[in-house]
Amino acid sequence: MTTLPPPSAVKLGLVIDLDTCVGCHACVVACKGWNTQSDLGAPLSDQDPFGAAPTGTFLNRVHSYEVTPEKGPTQQVHFPKSCLHCEDAPCVTVCPTGASYKRAADGIVLVNEDACIGCGLCAWACPYGAREMDAAAGVMKKCTLCVDRIYNEALPEVDRTPACVRTCPAGARHFGDLGDPDSAVSQLVAERGGFDLMPELGMKPVNKYLPPRPRDVDQIDVLAPLLAPVGSDGKGLIAWLDRTLSKLPGARD
Amino acid sequence: MHPAPSVIAFTTFSGLGFGLLFWLGLGQPAPTGWVAFAFFALAYTMAVGGLLASTFHLGHPERAHLALTQWRTSWLSREGIAAIATLLLGGLFALLRMWSQSGPALGWLVSLGCLATVFTTAMIYTQMRTVPRWRHWTTPALFLTLSLAGGALLANRSTAALVLLALAAVLQLVAWITGDKQFAQSGTTLATATGLGEIGRVRAFMPPHTGSNYLLKEFAYAVGRRHALQLRVIGLILAFGVPIPLLAAGLTHMTALIAVLAHIAGVLCLRWLFFAQAEHVMGLYYGKR
Repeated sequence: MTTLPPPSAVKLGLVIDLDTCVGCHACVVACKGWNTQSDLGAPLSDQDPFGAAPTGTFLNRVHSYEVTPEKGPTQQVHFPKSCLHCEDAPCVTVCPTGASYKRAADGIVLVNEDACIGCGLCAWACPYGAREMDAAAGVMKKCTLCVDRIYNEALPEVDRTPACVRTCPAGARHFGDLGDPDSAVSQLVAERGGFDLMPELGMKPVNKYLPPRPRDVDQIDVLAPLLAPVGSDGKGLIAWLDRTLSKLPGARD
Repeated sequence: MHPAPSVIAFTTFSGLGFGLLFWLGLGQPAPTGWVAFAFFALAYTMAVGGLLASTFHLGHPERAHLALTQWRTSWLSREGIAAIATLLLGGLFALLRMWSQSGPALGWLVSLGCLATVFTTAMIYTQMRTVPRWRHWTTPALFLTLSLAGGALLANRSTAALVLLALAAVLQLVAWITGDKQFAQSGTTLATATGLGEIGRVRAFMPPHTGSNYLLKEFAYAVGRRHALQLRVIGLILAFGVPIPLLAAGLTHMTALIAVLAHIAGVLCLRWLFFAQAEHVMGLYYGKR
């Protein structure tokens, strides 16, 4: 049923700390690995994986952005992105077959692959690029929040968390109930000023992002004053070396 | 957006087919016998051919019947139901016409069904919050006007065709003028997409992967956009510039054929632009539009 359920009390989701993420892509690999061996659906296929133009299906990807403040040095921010399990999920309501659905109990957005016709409309409706059509299976793939891990009593308790969260070496990914204001993830969001992506579109994403903490603006590094350029005054040993080496064959300007 | 040939063919030809069926339902013209058969066959070839073309891009066409189940929320589902209901009623009406029976109430219902089908097709695109260019009243207005204009041309309703073609040309210009500004007006930028705008100017520094992927192929299609102006002019000339003077001069069999072929080629060109020029907000994450 593609009618959205009333907002659930439990809203399972991720909190991603942009201050802590080091951009190692371990979450991407863990996600690909778990969801390729999972019984939940078709494996995440690759096309031409060892050829000249490899492509493949991924449910989690890490972008990197450069942010230049008015004052102070430029920062690089690594930015993991997967399904945000929106409360007002347009990917669910556009689905013509009922394959896309949002669970009433915990708010997880899933695809029933047996009913998916592979029309791609749900991916059109998603502003975040969270859904990818699998070229081999012909069905839409998306983050399941590792629904086959988080409730899986066959796994040790420590592993009952999404594969991306379990593997993150920096502790930049947190999993929990964002519907409960007292949960650890909700407290983290409140404390750090967690925000929504593209709030103006009104999708009400459940996943939240924590902003990078403010950086020092006065100085790039305490060693910076000691690293002033040398040898540009045309005097001394360095300058002589520079001139002499420049005369050798193969020297650059 | 990736301009998939199957979707361009589908929207163009099913639009024309349902446009012709609209006029036939109104009894404009009201042929009987084999002439009726020819008219309805033409409408059905285009409408059904278009619908079949649309299934070519599906990953699992064998499950297409499931697409009729989610009419409560899905415009694509509504479109499927409207199309099939209209074609069934239209088939009954066609049989009546071939045996010279009149069924004005059924005819009106068929015409209404045609309008509903084209409108639901347009709403599939209009509903997308992710594609600001499409999210505008001109999208359904233009789809409906083009369908009725093309239908009138095929049904040899010269006056109606003339008025509707002129209206469609104006709507197309309005859609371009407003559409070119809509992405900027939507307020969605890389700053809101990443939430990093508060800190400073955001630039996509490194993509998540070195190759291409489904998202880039489907949503960040930019090939041919640099020829957009030329294609807009070509589309306008073919879709409206050729048929309008021919209609005004009075159609012969030869000029009617030229007018119809030019119009179809023009609408195909305009539909290609409709997709190729549509920018999906997802592209922002890759620093693309």
